[in-house]
Amino acid sequence: MTKVWVPGLLLIILVLLAALPLRSTEYTVVLVATILMFIILTVSWVIFSGSTGYLSLAPAAFFGVGIYTSAVLGMDLPLPVVVCIGGLASSCLALVVGAVTLRLRGIYFAIFTFGLVELIKNFVLWWEIQRTGTRGRFVVLVDNSTIYYVMLAILVVTLLTAYFIRRSRYGLALQSIGEDEHAAAHAGINVTALKIATFAISAIFMGAAGAIYAMQLTYIDPFISFNLNYSFLPVLMAIFGGMGQLYGPILGAAVFAYLREVLITEFPYHYMLILGIVLLIAILFLPNGLVGLIQRARRRAFGGQHANT
Amino acid sequence: MPILEGEGVTKHFGGLAAVSNVDFNVDQGEVVGLIGPNGAGKTTLFNLISGALVPNEGAIRFNGQNITGATPHKICKMGVARTFQSVRVFPNMPAFENVLLGSLFGCSTGMSSAAAAREATDLLEFVGLSAVRGTPAKDLTLGNQKRVEVARALATKPELLLLDELMAGLNATEVAEAMELVTRIREEGTTIFMIEHVMKAIMSVCDRIMVLHHGEKIAEGTPEEIAASKTVIEVYLGE
Amino acid sequence: MVTFLNIVITGLLLGGLYAVIAMGLSLQYGVARVLNIAHGEFIMLGGLTTWTLYTVFGINPLVSLAVCGPATFVLGFVIHRTLYKRLSSSAASPAIFESSSMLASFGLLFIIQNLASIAWGPEIRGYSYLAVPVNLAGAVFGANRLVTLGFAIAIGVAFYLFVARTRLGKAIRAAAQDPAAAGLMGVNINTVLALCFGFGAAMAGCAGMLISLWLPVHAVMGFPYTVIAIIVVVLGGLGSIPGSFIGGFVLGLIGSIVAYIDPGLSLVAYYLIFVLLLLVRPTGIMGK
Repeated sequence: MTKVWVPGLLLIILVLLAALPLRSTEYTVVLVATILMFIILTVSWVIFSGSTGYLSLAPAAFFGVGIYTSAVLGMDLPLPVVVCIGGLASSCLALVVGAVTLRLRGIYFAIFTFGLVELIKNFVLWWEIQRTGTRGRFVVLVDNSTIYYVMLAILVVTLLTAYFIRRSRYGLALQSIGEDEHAAAHAGINVTALKIATFAISAIFMGAAGAIYAMQLTYIDPFISFNLNYSFLPVLMAIFGGMGQLYGPILGAAVFAYLREVLITEFPYHYMLILGIVLLIAILFLPNGLVGLIQRARRRAFGGQHANT
Repeated sequence: MPILEGEGVTKHFGGLAAVSNVDFNVDQGEVVGLIGPNGAGKTTLFNLISGALVPNEGAIRFNGQNITGATPHKICKMGVARTFQSVRVFPNMPAFENVLLGSLFGCSTGMSSAAAAREATDLLEFVGLSAVRGTPAKDLTLGNQKRVEVARALATKPELLLLDELMAGLNATEVAEAMELVTRIREEGTTIFMIEHVMKAIMSVCDRIMVLHHGEKIAEGTPEEIAASKTVIEVYLGE
Repeated sequence: MVTFLNIVITGLLLGGLYAVIAMGLSLQYGVARVLNIAHGEFIMLGGLTTWTLYTVFGINPLVSLAVCGPATFVLGFVIHRTLYKRLSSSAASPAIFESSSMLASFGLLFIIQNLASIAWGPEIRGYSYLAVPVNLAGAVFGANRLVTLGFAIAIGVAFYLFVARTRLGKAIRAAAQDPAAAGLMGVNINTVLALCFGFGAAMAGCAGMLISLWLPVHAVMGFPYTVIAIIVVVLGGLGSIPGSFIGGFVLGLIGSIVAYIDPGLSLVAYYLIFVLLLLVRPTGIMGK
């Protein structure tokens, strides 16, 4: 039953989103573009970290690489090319990082990726000051509607990729890596290659999103570009939404990103406090995120458990 | 014709030799048992064969090809499969998916999704788990979890199957069922190398038995020879 | 020669500070298995409290240690009892607890930082105390910095003796190695873990006081110190408190040397070491 009307619903949502810039204020367009961006970051993060269980705090690094691609190449190359190169550059970084580090267990991998963001930030800062004397750069100016449509396009590709990976044998293999990497290797799965490849794929979309986001900022520097917020927030949004189903991260990112934008505008001095409380509540009481909440509500609405035979 | 050969295989952990200069061979179609007191190095030897550990010295060959130090997934694709002493199924995945993974990835030629699904279904039936194909592996009984592990190993189409204490933790009925499963696997043509503590099983099912003690091979022969061997009896009674 | 001594002493002074910052975090991770990203916020609280006590009430910063220490200890203890203990019981595996507790500490970071901003405002604060120049081997250092070094060593030694010689210290070591077994041996695990977390927080609070002696303090100062603490903890070996002590001095010396070559490269050097360390020897100088 669901298989019939879900694609239809998605198509309608896509059409509505595509039509949005034509009927809304500039503010709304930028707001929705930002939300789309967070969905991209969150879903990309889940592609790798969701199933394998490797907590990656590297999104800020890949996002930042995309931003710098725009800053460096944006004046000279057409927009679609810049966005693609941003994605590719991030992906290359991910390949290198992955090849070198994916044998680190659990917490070491997490803090490594965290250290990586800071390393890149400080290195770029030093490099920029050496080469250009200033720490920032200007980025080519692009109108908000274009940014919106590119973000939407990246989102569609990200979602399709996430969906097809999840449904494929590789999605199953990724899940098995998360459950028992050793056993997965003994079942014939090339665990190292799969982890690196998936890590690299997830980075493409983060880099592309960064590349187009830079054009909204117009001025960037290493602190703006390699901001650890863009690592923590996708993780929080994924947990908030719940990672069991594909729609969890989408829902979590959409709700959380909107909440964040509203809070920053309405309560500029208190929004961190509120976000922190929301996060703690999510970690403590919603271990399966919004998805878990929805599933529990559905179970209560439709009757009791079925016994396992 | 030996399908598996090992020469001078040695593995140290710190100062301790877990496996010391062990030679072994398993012929095609045989069922060979590997016994010894706890800590003798049996699982370590399996880890060295399956690629989970790399030997410090010595060589291991499968079908004439050197597999010393190769990665586990390559060795699996070449035709060696194993089960683990502490059952390692994928707990949150249903039994069917556990086995399916073996079908999809375990064979060097690869399989289409439909063929793999059919094979997984057949294997679940072979081990007697068709009824619980949709149950998450963590919700299965220990006996059934072991069957899932065996089915997953068989899904990788091995020529050689390494069974690590298949009977551990099973009651008498389950042990009999496990012995029967091993016999059926052997009849399908798979060579089996098995670690066991349940003597009854080893003696009745194996063609040959190898005995390890403190990492060294101390005896080898038919079940009758091993049962009569003074060295082996001392090692076990002395414990 | 003077330059060399200058570098070494600067390195030691820096290192002393790093050691104090890191030991608290190491204790929290080593025993309670919480990678407390909000560690820097406890440092900040210690620093700002000291500032308030000095500028508003005229209380000597060294004396206010008696306030900062216990106050942050209690805060840490309560937070562990309420938040982390709960996470620990509901976590499906230790690995999941490590991730979820790390993320929970992000939440704490946001909350504490924001509350501090509201309480103290965003302005950068500072005060002058013991800013007396001391001449050491031809180089000049502020007395306040030397006090920091002295305290760092004192705290380090005191804590080491506490863990090695006292009964509670034994319980802590047992809990660090195997919480379940320790519990079976009669150690009240929940209390011990909360105590360790509290001690870790107290060390952070004290570090805050020491920092305030000669560096500016403000509501958002915490995170960079957390990052340095993490680097030192990894350098010294995750879970080894003596390691953090030594690691702090090692990093301080490295920082001093790099700063002499090119000040802008200090942070780059720290992160490069951090990243390389994780790749080559994740267990650090003294880890197992």
